[in-house]
Amino acid sequence: MIEIRNLVKRFGPLVAVNDVSFSVTRGEVLGFLGPNGAGKSTTMKMITGFLAPTAGRVSVCGADVAQAPLAAKRQIGYLPEGAPAYPDMTAAGFLDFVADIRGLKGVKRRERLDQVIASVHLEAVLDQPIDTLSKGFKRRVGLAQAILHDPPVLILDEPTDGLDPNQKHEVRELIRAMAADKAIIISTHILEEVEAVCSRAVIIAHGRLLAEGRPDETESGWRFGDLLAAPGRLDALFREITTNAHPERAA
Amino acid sequence: MNGLKGTYIIFRRELAAYFATPLAYVFIVIFLFSTGIFTFYVGNFFDRGQDDLKAFFMFHPWLYLFLIPAISMRLWAEERKQGTIELLMTLPVRLGSIVAGKFLAAWCFTAIALALTFPLWLTVNYLGHPDNGVILASYLGSILMAGGYLAIGACISATTRNQVIAFVVSVTICFIFVVAGAPIVLDFFSGWLPPFVANIIGSLSFLTHFNAITDGVVDLRDVIFYVSTIAVWLFANVIVVDLKKAA
Ligand SMILES: Nc1ncnc2c1ncn2[C@@H]1O[C@H](COP(=O)(O)OP(=O)(O)O)[C@@H](O)[C@H]1O
Ligand SMILES: [Mg+2]
Repeated sequence: MIEIRNLVKRFGPLVAVNDVSFSVTRGEVLGFLGPNGAGKSTTMKMITGFLAPTAGRVSVCGADVAQAPLAAKRQIGYLPEGAPAYPDMTAAGFLDFVADIRGLKGVKRRERLDQVIASVHLEAVLDQPIDTLSKGFKRRVGLAQAILHDPPVLILDEPTDGLDPNQKHEVRELIRAMAADKAIIISTHILEEVEAVCSRAVIIAHGRLLAEGRPDETESGWRFGDLLAAPGRLDALFREITTNAHPERAA
Repeated sequence: MNGLKGTYIIFRRELAAYFATPLAYVFIVIFLFSTGIFTFYVGNFFDRGQDDLKAFFMFHPWLYLFLIPAISMRLWAEERKQGTIELLMTLPVRLGSIVAGKFLAAWCFTAIALALTFPLWLTVNYLGHPDNGVILASYLGSILMAGGYLAIGACISATTRNQVIAFVVSVTICFIFVVAGAPIVLDFFSGWLPPFVANIIGSLSFLTHFNAITDGVVDLRDVIFYVSTIAVWLFANVIVVDLKKAA
């Protein structure tokens, strides 16, 4: 449902995303791994139509993001990095606004709002201005906003960043529960998260896609090409793959 | 979703946002207070002994010069600063709708502030027999002119994430548009430029068109001037946001 072909993004001399291609199908949760500055957020911004790629194409549910941006955006739920939201709005007001823009109406709207609010546990803070919320609640408001219209495609940029262990666990449960009928990409640099929720992972550093891996069927653990990581040992493999990568400059 | 629906949803959120913080109330109080000062002290409303609101309207171009950029400076700079621009631009709503909705909300807010000066209108009607047609025309001219300032300010706000910069640059550009019609500037240009060029410069001035309307003559050309000024700057606003999303 998500097709990314030879995606490139340059910021002046810096090649933030360098010829990245992959695709994600329904039922998959793709872990998008990489050290800080690898180009994860930049890639996500291009998938969601916020940034125009320097080169390459993205299509979402058959809609080309550059040619048919509105059609693509309707299919996507997006949690940007840092979960931005209007600080002066209440959580309820903010979700109402998003529901309006998503074109939700009547009974369906009420149902979705109730469901989403319950699934991320926002009931207690609905009438609080967002800037008075704790980081965990803010992140959950961002998640609620992203899943409100029950989109077939979810792009979550560091969805558990800054959450405490219990909150992390809850968010992962939520993602797992939604995984069956969606195509989901989550970016993270927390490797246990990959083992907890992802069905596949790609590693990116300096804008280049370096490796693709999935849980190994015969042995337990994750396999990236010929490299195998035992359960809980993904971080050693991650270091091995990313420390050998070097940045590239545009000519 | 069609463009109008999107515009309306953005408009409603933006307008409500003014009143969600003390900003709206502070602005309205300052607006009324400063129009009062100018009208009564600087404009000598009572001593003039005339039953019109000229003393009130003649200062609007200069008041707006500072007050309107104070409204418009946050329109886009704040979205950038808070990162909400990324959210907004990845929702299924056209950029044109967002630009229009934001502008219309700011304009509507300004109209509310302006409408709250109605006690002044009651006062002149109580004290004398003003030409209410002229007053109505002046209100219309004032709100049109405010729209011009706002469109400039919105476009400038889209170029930065810093509200102070947005304010200062907007004031400067608005100032140019105001003084373009001041006699001193026109004299300066007409001294060495061909008359038609000086005329063009003068015809771009907010002041010239505003004064024409406050004289009580609502000429369609003056209305078209403001409407097209607004359209041009909002169009530029769309382009600026589109080109400069990430920065
Ligand atoms: N708007 C921008 N202008 C210039 N450079 C940018 C911009 N956004 C990101 N970058 C650079 O691109 C690289 C990738 O950033 P990013 O995609 O945010 O990485 P990640 O999300 O993997 O941590 C970084 O070196 C970052 O500094
Ligand atoms: Mg990032």
